[in-house]
Amino acid sequence: MSKIMDFEKIERGARRTERVRNVIIYALLGLWALVVLFPFYWMILTSVKSYSAYNAEYIPQLFTLSPTLQNYADAFTAVPLARYFLNTLIFTVITTAVMMIVTVLAAYAFARLDFPGKNAAFVVFLSLMMIPNELVIITNFVTITNMDLRNTFLGLILPSITSVFYIYLLKENFAQVPDELYYAAKVDATSDMKYLRKVMIPICRPTLVTIAILKVIECWNSYVWPRLITDDPNYFLVSNGIQEIRENGFGRENIPAMMSAVVVISVPLILLFLIFHKKIMAGVARGGTKG
Amino acid sequence: MDNRSMKGWLYLLPAILFLGVFMVYPLIDVYIYSFEEGYNSASQTYYGVGTYNYSYVLHDPYFLQAVKNTLILVCITVPISTGLSLLISLGLSNIPRLRNLFQTVYFLPYVTNTLAVGLVFMILFRKTPYTDGLANLVINFFGGESIDFIDGPYWAKMLVLCLYTVWVVMPFKILVLTSALASVDETYYKAARVDGTSSTRIFWKLTLPLISPTMFYLIITGFIGAFKAYSDAVALFGTNLNAAEMNTIVGYVYDMLYGNSGGYPSYASAAAIILFAIVLTITCINLLVSKKHVHY
Repeated sequence: MSKIMDFEKIERGARRTERVRNVIIYALLGLWALVVLFPFYWMILTSVKSYSAYNAEYIPQLFTLSPTLQNYADAFTAVPLARYFLNTLIFTVITTAVMMIVTVLAAYAFARLDFPGKNAAFVVFLSLMMIPNELVIITNFVTITNMDLRNTFLGLILPSITSVFYIYLLKENFAQVPDELYYAAKVDATSDMKYLRKVMIPICRPTLVTIAILKVIECWNSYVWPRLITDDPNYFLVSNGIQEIRENGFGRENIPAMMSAVVVISVPLILLFLIFHKKIMAGVARGGTKG
Repeated sequence: MDNRSMKGWLYLLPAILFLGVFMVYPLIDVYIYSFEEGYNSASQTYYGVGTYNYSYVLHDPYFLQAVKNTLILVCITVPISTGLSLLISLGLSNIPRLRNLFQTVYFLPYVTNTLAVGLVFMILFRKTPYTDGLANLVINFFGGESIDFIDGPYWAKMLVLCLYTVWVVMPFKILVLTSALASVDETYYKAARVDGTSSTRIFWKLTLPLISPTMFYLIITGFIGAFKAYSDAVALFGTNLNAAEMNTIVGYVYDMLYGNSGGYPSYASAAAIILFAIVLTITCINLLVSKKHVHY
């Protein structure tokens, strides 16, 4: 009898320790979630405070009772935020599109076609993955300057297209498509291009979407190359635009309006993330970098 | 060449063109630049060939400041971010519910624009005549003195830079570690628990060895990433990093290339190659250490 009691006691004790442990873990995880989310809350909060209210707060208020959208109007009228936004959109769409074409063709050649020197070429491609951007950007800057492409979209886009890693990722995916499909298509006298378009691309669509999204994120956030190659505000992307706004934006220092510009810049990617978060996280786990 | 092999190279042609012009050629060219003395980008002429560019860069106080900043940043942020992300991932793998929600929230900084969100950190930590900022409010609450973290003393600026860097790099590390922990075979844990192994012992003797390849991957990429820090600093302190004493090695390269002190591709190349040499050395040391400690 007493043995059964002991057993129950131990079990109850174990359950209690586990509950306490879980509470602690949840509290700590919640704390980090707060650290992650707070800057976002603060930027939205500041962006809806009015200019005078913000500057009157010697002690920053954690909420506001009179939100205003005036700052958003200011961000679009007083500084060329819409232009920065449009530039970034054009840059992102064209770069991603051209990158996809180049990547698909190269990955198909590596995965499906047979030609002399293929393996050697693949090894060279792989070794290029290790080249840091900082080493090549200097010559690219000189090249683009000599080609008179500074302050043009072409100059922004051309060096941003190459990404060996995505070729590698897609090649791995293409290689998983069974050979039998290819032979069947060949028997039916299907051309390679048609096979690529009608069979390979539909089968590998998930990977293609992942690659495209990762490239879009990369383009939207790119700062270094655009900063080097553009000094005409008409060609600024959002990253340079926000720096420009910070340094000589609204004529006076207008933090709430600056924050609304930050919100406007951040929203597209956050939306993209909320829609595709599974794909993005899976893609990054497979080999994204940053940090 | 026959038709078939022609086709293969034809499909590769666009990639080869882009990579050749914007990656292979620059890679060779950067070494040539770094040895051309007195290169003038306007007339594209130079006096001679030698190592003057390297010695100039290595004696430039701005470069030494940048190296010092970068080293401090690396030594502080890599251990902290790796350790913290390990703790968080362990926590995530131990909770029954809300795991996906937490994971998604934690990943959010990855998809944000570093420059834009950096401004939020700036206003949180900045002290102006109008307001002390939220960070100082917290410090005051605990009885401390207000400090200007953006234009103030060196250590305060470095602290904010480290904080922001950790905030930015955490999503990637948490994601990679969580997937590594999730892929550990449950049976190991069950076997250990049957043997009555304590959870501390399970962590040190089982979990850590099993995820050690991922840990070292994160440490290596963390080192490389931290050595290339630049846009975080710009986001916090503006484009004139030399004036703020907060420049990084990469920042020095770009400043040499373009900007207020720009127009010297030779100095920029020499600095970039020095950076590359440092990163390569550290990576090799990391790999050697990992050979000893990683269990595959």
